[in-house]
Amino acid sequence: MILSRLRGDPGGTADGVGAGDYARNTRRIAAALFVALVLVGVFQAVTPGVFRHYFVDVVMTRSLLFGVAAASIVFLSAFGGMISLAQTLMYGVCAFTVGNAVTTGGSKGLNLGWNPWVGVLLGIGVTTALGFLMGLIASRSSGLYYLMITLAYGVIGFYFFGQVTVLSGFGGVNQVRAPGFIGEPTDTTNPERLFYTCLVVAAVVYLLLRYVSRTPFGLALQGVRDDPVRMNSLGFNVAMHRTWAFTLSAFVASLGGVLYVWEQRAISPTTINLVGILNLLIMAIIGGVLVLEGAWLGAFIYVALENYVRNVVFLNNWIEEARFRTLAGAIVLILVLACPDGVVGLRKVRGATTFALIGAAVWGVVGGLQEGDRGAIAGVIVGAVAGIGAAGLVGWLGGHRDTARGVWSKLLATGRPSGVRAGN
Amino acid sequence: MTAVMTGAVNALLGRRGRAAPWQRSATRLLITAAIVFVIVWVVFLAGNTSNGSAVSAPSEFLKSILNALTISGLYFIVASGFTLVFGLMRTVQMAHGSLFLLAGYFALEYQLDFVGVTATPDRNMVGWADWWLPLVIGVVIVSGLGLFIQQVFLRWNQGQDLRQALITIAISIVLGDQMIQHFGGVAEPITFTHEIHGYVEFLGIRYGIHQLFVIGMALGVGGFLWLLLKKTRTGMVIRAGVDDTPMVQALGINVQKVFAVAFVLGSALAGLGGVIAGSSVTSLSPGVDGQWLLHSLVVVIIGGMGSLGGAAAGSLLYGVVTAFAPAYLPTDYAYYSIIATFVILALVLAVRPYGLFGRPA
Repeated sequence: MILSRLRGDPGGTADGVGAGDYARNTRRIAAALFVALVLVGVFQAVTPGVFRHYFVDVVMTRSLLFGVAAASIVFLSAFGGMISLAQTLMYGVCAFTVGNAVTTGGSKGLNLGWNPWVGVLLGIGVTTALGFLMGLIASRSSGLYYLMITLAYGVIGFYFFGQVTVLSGFGGVNQVRAPGFIGEPTDTTNPERLFYTCLVVAAVVYLLLRYVSRTPFGLALQGVRDDPVRMNSLGFNVAMHRTWAFTLSAFVASLGGVLYVWEQRAISPTTINLVGILNLLIMAIIGGVLVLEGAWLGAFIYVALENYVRNVVFLNNWIEEARFRTLAGAIVLILVLACPDGVVGLRKVRGATTFALIGAAVWGVVGGLQEGDRGAIAGVIVGAVAGIGAAGLVGWLGGHRDTARGVWSKLLATGRPSGVRAGN
Repeated sequence: MTAVMTGAVNALLGRRGRAAPWQRSATRLLITAAIVFVIVWVVFLAGNTSNGSAVSAPSEFLKSILNALTISGLYFIVASGFTLVFGLMRTVQMAHGSLFLLAGYFALEYQLDFVGVTATPDRNMVGWADWWLPLVIGVVIVSGLGLFIQQVFLRWNQGQDLRQALITIAISIVLGDQMIQHFGGVAEPITFTHEIHGYVEFLGIRYGIHQLFVIGMALGVGGFLWLLLKKTRTGMVIRAGVDDTPMVQALGINVQKVFAVAFVLGSALAGLGGVIAGSSVTSLSPGVDGQWLLHSLVVVIIGGMGSLGGAAAGSLLYGVVTAFAPAYLPTDYAYYSIIATFVILALVLAVRPYGLFGRPA
């Protein structure tokens, strides 16, 4: 049933605002990535020790689990037209619930010491219920109001877990146990098990969200996205559709939270602060928030960047732990300024030029600060080449020349006649 | 079976139609009951709280009211800038909290420099100019930064709401991180000049002069904004722009100039709030920016966006809640007070989805 529906998909209408080529490009990249992931995983399982474990155990695992959380943002924005900044809170709530339920002492929190599976069920249940409540409260708003209300949720949640020391406090919950098949915190002999778990969960989430988007509910939700007033007069309860969509996204985010807490074995409020909220959003934006597959693509690019950018020698001196946030913020800024379509839009010549210029400028300044004139020159060259290279590579992977640039900007430009634009 | 499932789905989605009248009156009834309960609780029942019930400890109650007014005043100063920018340009200024904190930091640095110390000075060393000058410097710097942000990042994509929100979030992250690097992670307060210190006694209760000063500043800002918006030509154009920007533009008014003025004003208000709050209710430390962004968001969400009256009502309501929640929750549960913020948000949005004074975007 699901498969036949998937096959019957023309690759446009059901995803985003008639996304067409744009959707296909993102999908192609994501599919390639997925195949590569499976291959890498299998390769590693067959020949332990040959492939660098770090890539699979950390980078791939984290991209998959953050992709699950980012997919909940993408689902809401692509099918419901709602940009939610509360998804980080949702996976945080789930992770905190699991943490409180399963720890056996020696940590902050309730230390209930329950079976890990019971903890997981409780976490998902609590998060979904909270998602329903929060979705209900915000359901009569839309657009920017929705964004602001969900952001308020997220920040309130951060302070809640920070202040309520019974549940966590700013130090967070540590030593969270995972179920036996994944292993105990001290056991690092089978790290690929978590990778496979994430892979399965990600696949299930992906199929689930695609399936839901084709049910009568999903179609009505897209109707609500496109024209709430008309849907209302047709007898659909707009608010309840938004509420249930938010609940579903909370459920999906809670799965991401479970995986996160299994991977980290800890959860603290700093994970869900404003930076955490932005990180998840970055992933969704890099993937181009209108196509579901983009969530994992964005997550992969972000996590890879986070892990490997330190290997570049003179960047490493500059980016200490905290300075990485500046880089992350700058990346979002560049993305949103230069190519609002996400990475798929980079093939455009203008996108590539912009990237090269920005790359040259940034690296030049950094190089200059680090090593004087020679550093500055080297930085400019390296930055320009890297910018063009990145743009070209991504564009080549994307395949098609015309990426429906208008899609994302169409979504972004809500509620204002085009005549109001600046500069005229 | 199918019929049952369809029925269940329809019931879940509320396909039967809009909320029935009894549902609305039930919501109203619940909210009224909640309000009555809170009042009764504060006045009579709040025995085991840090304040005690209002009947048994009236002076504590009055002090809480003064605290509420103080914090409301600060909320108003900060949120009025936020709502001004939003109302005119539909830009959600997510970097508002960062400008708030940045102004505070600059004021602090200059104050330390003027007084000639490296750590928090004794307040008797702080003269008149050692507080007011840093205030002006902080506000001016932040206004300039606001103008820069608006001209470079926001001017050319005016009207693309979401993109602007994302841009300003990114800016706030970069600013927050750079502030950690330059000003460190240690919490430091700005010191009020020694005139603004001490207490006045009235009816046997002591009121902090700095609190009265903050309230006075808030009233001053409110009056200034009211005069500006209602009595001057610029204000007239701003109000017209809130209602109908294309028409204002069609009348030959340079809208870009008005936008820039409004953005500078909004940033200046954030900075002003930052310096005053940094001297009175909070220390300057990383994370304060996010906190005050939340305050601004909550005030404009419950007050209604783009309306000065809404900002005033919202900050009053929110200020009362934040001042009373820790004082009148049972002592063991006082740290749950952040929930009160969520509850007030939920209650207001349940009745008025666009805030008390708001209207649909």
